[in-house]
Amino acid sequence: MKRAQKINPLEAGMHGLFFLCGFVAVAFVLVITVYLVISGLPAIREIGPVNFLLGTTWDSKNKTNPQYGILPFILTSIYGTAGAIVVGVPIGFLTAVFLAKVAPPKVAAVIRPAVDLLAGIPSVVYGMVGMVVLLPAIRELFQLRAGDTLLAAILVLAVMILPSIISVSETALRSVPREYEEASLALGATEIETYFRVTVPAAKSGVAAAVVLGVGRAIGEAMAIMMVAGNAPNMPGLFKSVKFLTTAVASEMSYASDGTLHKMALFSIGLVLFIFIMMINVVLNAILKGEKE
Amino acid sequence: MEEANIMPQTALEVCRNEKCRGKGLSMGRKIYDRGLRGLVWLCAGLTCTLLVFLIGYIFYRGLPNLSLEFLTTQESLLKGTMGILPAIQNTLYVVGVTLVIALPLGVGAAVYLTEYASNRRLVTTIEFATETLSGIPSILYALVGYLAFSKTLGLGYSLLAASLTLAMMNLPTIIRTTQESLKTVPQGYREGALGLGSGKWHMIRTIVLPGSIDGIVTGCILSVGRIVGESAVLLYVGGMDGTMNNFFASLDKFAHSSGATLTVQLYVFAKERAMMDPAFAVAVVLLVLTFLINLAAKVVGKRLRQR
Amino acid sequence: MEELILSARGLNLYYGENHALKDISIDIPERRITALIGPSGCGKSTFLRTINRMNDLIPNVKITGSLTYRGQEIYAPEQDVTDLRKRIGMVFQKPNPFPMSIYDNVAYGPRTHGTRNKVKLDEIVEESLRGAAIWDEVKDRLKKSALGLSGGQQQRLCIARALAVKPDVLLMDEATSALDPISTAKIEDLAAELKNDYTIIMVTHNMQQAARISDNTAFFLLGELVEFGETEQMFSMPQDKRTEDYITGRFG
Repeated sequence: MKRAQKINPLEAGMHGLFFLCGFVAVAFVLVITVYLVISGLPAIREIGPVNFLLGTTWDSKNKTNPQYGILPFILTSIYGTAGAIVVGVPIGFLTAVFLAKVAPPKVAAVIRPAVDLLAGIPSVVYGMVGMVVLLPAIRELFQLRAGDTLLAAILVLAVMILPSIISVSETALRSVPREYEEASLALGATEIETYFRVTVPAAKSGVAAAVVLGVGRAIGEAMAIMMVAGNAPNMPGLFKSVKFLTTAVASEMSYASDGTLHKMALFSIGLVLFIFIMMINVVLNAILKGEKE
Repeated sequence: MEEANIMPQTALEVCRNEKCRGKGLSMGRKIYDRGLRGLVWLCAGLTCTLLVFLIGYIFYRGLPNLSLEFLTTQESLLKGTMGILPAIQNTLYVVGVTLVIALPLGVGAAVYLTEYASNRRLVTTIEFATETLSGIPSILYALVGYLAFSKTLGLGYSLLAASLTLAMMNLPTIIRTTQESLKTVPQGYREGALGLGSGKWHMIRTIVLPGSIDGIVTGCILSVGRIVGESAVLLYVGGMDGTMNNFFASLDKFAHSSGATLTVQLYVFAKERAMMDPAFAVAVVLLVLTFLINLAAKVVGKRLRQR
Repeated sequence: MEELILSARGLNLYYGENHALKDISIDIPERRITALIGPSGCGKSTFLRTINRMNDLIPNVKITGSLTYRGQEIYAPEQDVTDLRKRIGMVFQKPNPFPMSIYDNVAYGPRTHGTRNKVKLDEIVEESLRGAAIWDEVKDRLKKSALGLSGGQQQRLCIARALAVKPDVLLMDEATSALDPISTAKIEDLAAELKNDYTIIMVTHNMQQAARISDNTAFFLLGELVEFGETEQMFSMPQDKRTEDYITGRFG
């Protein structure tokens, strides 16, 4: 009995070690938050939150009177994400309906791994194919001087969010109990009526999660759209060269010199993006939690 | 197939629903049914066209430029070679170092969550942190990695700094897959081991971890996929040199070598130097790697489900 | 002479290689309760699902022989399945209300079949819920989710949902097996009342239930229809040794 009461040092040590590992994730989040806040706030304070967030001109190259207004980036990120959702969600969702319900099993078994492959393709590859295929096409089609536009970025983003929209919606559709569908069919509804009036409403929180996930992906993507969006700090327009929050950071990181207001403003953009992402995560968690209940 | 043994009054085959679908529906219902069905097929067709086009186009443009020499040499004006061996080497280095850091941490965290943690609030906090980490886009990791590792720790633009950043980024994946497979280890095994008087650590080492090896491997494979596909972190923290590194020449080299991985090399070729032919060849390499990684994850995942 | 509503002649059904229904011939009369009994896997549920063609959804099903509803071949190529299923309603083993409001559950069928008028729908919903003897329990919470009801209430709601499309025949697939005795009794009472307007065919594994409420009983064994006749007759004087063995509890 006496021995059992004695704490084994190895056991206690391992317990502590595992606890530390568990705590590392929390520590990382704290590190990220602290770094982004500490490095992001000074520039906002110096420029002024209103000028920074609502200023419509970003002119970092102007040596005498640089302007750091990020409203164009914020709006571009919002428009671009919304555009990608508008294009990508219906296609992805209906493809998910196809894979989960309509497709012959053998066909679905071929398409599904291909969609997984699409999900794994590095974003620079999407950006490159966009550069080579999409940009000339847009330039020709709309008679523009250059194809690097918000439209190109939206299309690339739409393709990039497609795989996650498809797989998350498909999982949600598949988890709807078969009994619901049988009841609907037994009432004389056709299969399609059943899928869209019973299965889809029953899976709506899963589909909503897919959309929010797509929003998160789209708003956070940098490299692919940096290759197709033109990267001029214009207010957004479908056929204008634009800069997103992400690409503003990505495209100017390497040439802004340390310690300048310019570099600090880039960190502030990172902070704004971080806040956007956290809001999306909160929404996503709320949806997923609601689904469990 | 055996035939019906009694003469039926009228023999009929099952009329499969394709043939008599929607017969006699009202006009409105017919439009709804046919319209939506058409739309579903259209979108599925669009997705498939896209898939075939993307993969086909990359191979079409990339394969002619791919050769053994391309994979096994470095770019050299003197020798007139144009190869991506440094990028391959850098990618392997980053994958290796990242996993060496992230794997013990991730598996340890998963073990803590499933085997040790009794405080509900702590578990929720850790799980919330994990979810947050997995939602943060890579450009923000790039920013933080630059600030924390390149600047604060003084690692500069280096693959080590990039690997540390990627370890943060891939921690959630490893925690999640390990946790899932730890949950499949039957509770009875644990009770059996503890009942025989073995300590908790001993039980974890001999029973729990071996039983969840599939999940740990899946986590590794998924992480490898993410590391190989990542570009922002590697570009802004890891640097973009296309020359060979000799990481193991000295500790200083190990810590401070910078260089381009495959994705960064592709970006440099495509965007900075407008050299599309080698860029597409790198894309083919990345595509094949992605395919193999997905395949491996699927095989391991299947084994996990069979348990 | 009572009207016949459903007739099978030499009906065979195969699931791939598996011969699930063997040469079934049966005549089911109108406005009666017909009980299908037999041990699990005997084909009684398969037969029930053949009547409203729910088996169409399973791949590799092959059916031969004749099955008619009011003289019409159910498996004729020109048969409209949605219309057939509208006429031949079904209640399932597990209560399966849609995850929608009580009102929307009942209105689902009529809406599907083109009724959009709000007043008309209100009427149908009330009538159907009254018909399923659940109106008084739910009239104040029609807009609440159907999933908040008890199991017995859910099952009666499913009956109301089936009634809302004004079917001719009601198929009940072990509709009380997931319910407690009180809810079961309520559904049995309801069935006895419904037979004034509907033909009811019910699968049950509960022989007392068949004896209590059905007019005719069909006994299935290993895919064969062993015996079919008036319930009283069958339970008091079975013609076939196998029927006797089953109803006296020697197997099953």
